[in-house]
Amino acid sequence: MSEDAGGPAATGEDAGGLAATMTGFARTLRAAGVGADHERTHALLGALRHLDVTRPADVYWAGRLTLCAGPDDLPRYDRCFQAYFGGRAASRRPAGAVTVTRHTLALGDEAGDDAGEGEQESAPGSASRTELLRHRDVAALTEAERAEVHRMLAMLSAGRAARRSRRFEPAARGRLDQRRTIREALRKGDVARLLRRTHTVRPRGVVLFVDVSGSMAPYAETLLRFAHALVRSEPRATRVYAVGTRLTPITAELRHRDPGTALDAASRAIPDWSGGTRLGEELQEFLGRRHARGDIVVIASDGWERGDPSLLGTQVARLARQAYRVIWVNPHKGYDDYEPLTGGMRAALPYLDDLVAGHSLAAYEDLSERLAHA
Amino acid sequence: MLGRTGEAKGAIGAAAGIESPDRLVELLDRQAYLADEGLATAAFLALRMRRPLFLEGEAGVGKTELAKALAALLEAPLIRLQCYEGLDAAQALYDWDFARQLLHLKAAEAAGVTDVGRLEGEIYDRRFLIARPLLKALETGPSVLLVDEIDRADDEFEAFLLEVLSDYTISIPELGTVRATTPPVVVVTSNRTREVHDALKRRCLYHWLEHPGFDREVAILLRRLPDCTETLAAQVARAAARLRGAGLVKPPGVAETLDWTEALLTLGAKELDPDRAAATLGAALKYREDVESVLSRGLLRHE
Repeated sequence: MSEDAGGPAATGEDAGGLAATMTGFARTLRAAGVGADHERTHALLGALRHLDVTRPADVYWAGRLTLCAGPDDLPRYDRCFQAYFGGRAASRRPAGAVTVTRHTLALGDEAGDDAGEGEQESAPGSASRTELLRHRDVAALTEAERAEVHRMLAMLSAGRAARRSRRFEPAARGRLDQRRTIREALRKGDVARLLRRTHTVRPRGVVLFVDVSGSMAPYAETLLRFAHALVRSEPRATRVYAVGTRLTPITAELRHRDPGTALDAASRAIPDWSGGTRLGEELQEFLGRRHARGDIVVIASDGWERGDPSLLGTQVARLARQAYRVIWVNPHKGYDDYEPLTGGMRAALPYLDDLVAGHSLAAYEDLSERLAHA
Repeated sequence: MLGRTGEAKGAIGAAAGIESPDRLVELLDRQAYLADEGLATAAFLALRMRRPLFLEGEAGVGKTELAKALAALLEAPLIRLQCYEGLDAAQALYDWDFARQLLHLKAAEAAGVTDVGRLEGEIYDRRFLIARPLLKALETGPSVLLVDEIDRADDEFEAFLLEVLSDYTISIPELGTVRATTPPVVVVTSNRTREVHDALKRRCLYHWLEHPGFDREVAILLRRLPDCTETLAAQVARAAARLRGAGLVKPPGVAETLDWTEALLTLGAKELDPDRAAATLGAALKYREDVESVLSRGLLRHE
């Protein structure tokens, strides 16, 4: 690749060469995780027709404008540009600011192979055994018992509370339906009656934060399975984030139908298994870029906050102001002698609508009911 | 092969004699808008390729202002669609004027007209159609269409925006298809409170706007506020950079620093002294928590 002949694209002497060069560049980007698909590459070639392909800056911007889709893409783009075209500081951002190393930590010793073969172990329990199992702390179960609880979790689906949607449907009472009224007037020659319409309903959104720090490790898998069931039952109205030392969106990973595959994908996406919890900072990050307006927010954590508890308090207060309800799920709440003593729990408590247990199947069934009737 | 995204006949860009991104920087500067190389290239390509420009970045970095500056320099009307939760087709595309349709029907009835076919043709006429921003932008050529804060609208809205932007047509069942003779220059902005669907972004040129660096911010303040001294501009820009790094709920954007400087100028300030800064802080910070945190940490005292 010539470095002095004028610029990155100058290697391609005709349009075909240019197209090949850019297609190769797009392929490099895709390998780095930027969604530079065919249509976008096409747009890049279109853009270059209007610019000077011998000017590195023009090529840099044409590519960045057409191939990237979000701020997360930009550091990757800069690195790839540097690597592919070389020798030029196209970027104003420090390249390599983002590490994409991902760790795969198992959810339990058996999580990896547990994926498809959960069936073999446990004999179908009798009704009374299941009933007993239902109330036991999942942290104290044997592998077989836990597998059974997980199977029941996967079937958990109580539905979702409804909220008013923006769409309308004909109704006996409600707002005037102008279009239908006019239609009928036309047909009948006169306005015989005023037709009405009302809003349809849609499922209320749920934003679930799952604490994956060390102290929550015994419950992490069960929580993620619960999250998976939620995402499966209302894919468009559920968002799931793993929280620990950083905020990781895992909704897309949990969309897979098979719980094992979904959990595998989610666990690969989470970089900070079994670390500490900085829930306050992460909620702040969430609130800085996303919102939970009108949604039900569920925070599943024991409240062992490594960061500043007062920051956590402020952020939960902010959440409470925009969310429909804020529910905190604490595995230790299931015990009679539980008192919210951890720093994080105490800071958040004044702003919560509910503080519920999260240690047993029964507790998750209860939570699921709450989401259905909130 | 590249014909699909090639320039349309009579592209506004060519008409206004904009032959390069650098030229566009000059023209935007005349509108008191200081664009850097990336943003100018983005806008230049948007004009040339007839592709919508998708501007993302924090509130107050100058996304909306760019659309206004483009409209002014192209001498084209700016048509703005402010998005909000619940925005629907009747508010964004078009609606029928129900009251006038009814009146017309009543009048026809009084005059003894009973031919349904004829009546239908009459009341679904263009003159009973209310054009909302998207339809208005297609009918007004050339124009600059600003779809502001699309992240506030529901995702269903993106679907019909995508439909309009992919071929610049709107089909109205009762009336037929409206096609833009000169497609509008489209600027879509997002504060990124929600991820906008990839299909829409793919139709657009994507540009991420950051807070300006110190030099640029000083230049913007001086360009926009002729009364501002260089000392004051530098002090405000330095203070703004400090505030942005202070982990506030809502860090001030350029829009806020401009407001703040204007407030200081109104009070006759030639320099940013801590008392006046505190008194006018409401122009820069919009959350009580932020004001308290900045004052208690003494972030306004400069060197």
